[in-house]
Amino acid sequence: MNKDEIPQHDGALNKLTREMLYAVDPSGKYVTDLSSGWEVKSTALDVAWKDIGERISLAKQQVGQGQASPLLFFMELRLMDTGILSAYTGFWQWQVKRHLKPAVFEKLSAKKLQRYAEVFNITVQQLKTMEVNEGEL
Amino acid sequence: MKVNFEHMQAAHCENGVTSNLLRTIGIRNMTEPLVFGIGSGLFYIYIPFMKINNGPAIAFRTQPGLIFKRTCKSLGIPVVRKKFSSKSEAEKFLTACLEAGQPVGCQVGVYYLSYFPKEYRFHFNAHNLIVYGHEDNRYLVSDPVMETVTSLSDYELERVRFAKGALAPRGQLYYPLEKKEITDDQVRRAIITGIKRNVRDMLHIPGSFVGVSGIAYTGRKIKKWRDKLGLPKAGLYLAQLVRMQEEIGTGGGGFRYIYGAFLQQAHAFLPKDELPVIAQTFTRAGDLWRTAAVQAAGIYKGRLGSQADFNQMGDYLLEISAIEREAFSALSKIKWTS
Repeated sequence: MNKDEIPQHDGALNKLTREMLYAVDPSGKYVTDLSSGWEVKSTALDVAWKDIGERISLAKQQVGQGQASPLLFFMELRLMDTGILSAYTGFWQWQVKRHLKPAVFEKLSAKKLQRYAEVFNITVQQLKTMEVNEGEL
Repeated sequence: MKVNFEHMQAAHCENGVTSNLLRTIGIRNMTEPLVFGIGSGLFYIYIPFMKINNGPAIAFRTQPGLIFKRTCKSLGIPVVRKKFSSKSEAEKFLTACLEAGQPVGCQVGVYYLSYFPKEYRFHFNAHNLIVYGHEDNRYLVSDPVMETVTSLSDYELERVRFAKGALAPRGQLYYPLEKKEITDDQVRRAIITGIKRNVRDMLHIPGSFVGVSGIAYTGRKIKKWRDKLGLPKAGLYLAQLVRMQEEIGTGGGGFRYIYGAFLQQAHAFLPKDELPVIAQTFTRAGDLWRTAAVQAAGIYKGRLGSQADFNQMGDYLLEISAIEREAFSALSKIKWTS
């Protein structure tokens, strides 16, 4: 890539910083310069977030139909899988998988629900009702 | 308290932390490309049957932590690296370092890294930054991918140092132990070791998923993605490939440009005529990676989508594989001793 070809498009990262790229100057020497973003990769990021959005609404639907417990919804909302959720809560992964079943989730103790709520940064009430502002991280 | 520290931006976090930490012990000529090359940072791996963020597991660089470790080892610099099981111990140790005037490299997770934009906050635990002070209840932070320094509250830093999941940092911190003079001869030997190790990693690791054969393997796989996964999922997979290749920290072209810059800078220490020529081959590889990314974007944006488009995408990777094989073969043939 030539230095004058370094893209200067807009991207989410641009809110924080420009990033450093390596490119060659007219004499063929490698130099660095800053880039505000590249449309090709900001669209790639959009694609990833669109998929996350779809996974969240699918999870919501599954909970509504009684196929999964609200844990699934919050797990998707926080971009987690059962491995990450298990690591943050301290439950074994097989326990997390059991808790994803609505019947098992119903019977969870207040203490266990509290552990999940803390990791998801919500209240136990919100954990049960799924009433949250999804825009909040 | 604030330690004397100079922030310099880099393309990649671990290169930048290494280069910036070495400057604190008086080694000023270890630029980002030299660190990357001496640490044999260039790599490629496609791990089949494994998923990251519901997409393919692909990496363009070596395993996290190795660039710092290898660079210091090659230059004969002793390092301190510590992990902690207790959060309070981790904080105590960090405070003691800062009080002793020692800036410290920390491995962190980005999901809770508050200064990152939301769009970038995935559960990725191999980000690196330097902590160089503590003022007004905030840690002073030099994140090498950023133009300027920043800061984190005590709680925020603890949270990212103890992120959980794959590659959990467990409070890990590291720094070079003592001031040391390094000679040009040491740098020369470190460069040669770094290049030879990178030749091994890209050409000679057995199996078809790693190095230049891994790139060709991915190319052949991509041609089947359309039928096997369906267009939406194939597009998602290609988007993931592009993000691994071009997202912040790569310097563009899946680190291939940084490696080209390394070979040019290596030439100043080792005047072998081959080095600047092979640097150009890496520029070609990086350019073709970016051409492939444009093709991929055509697919995930829905502008392209025929089997012919996927074949073209796969063929780009086959061509890149051949170019990089040529480049590393040429590196392996350089006679260093004459």
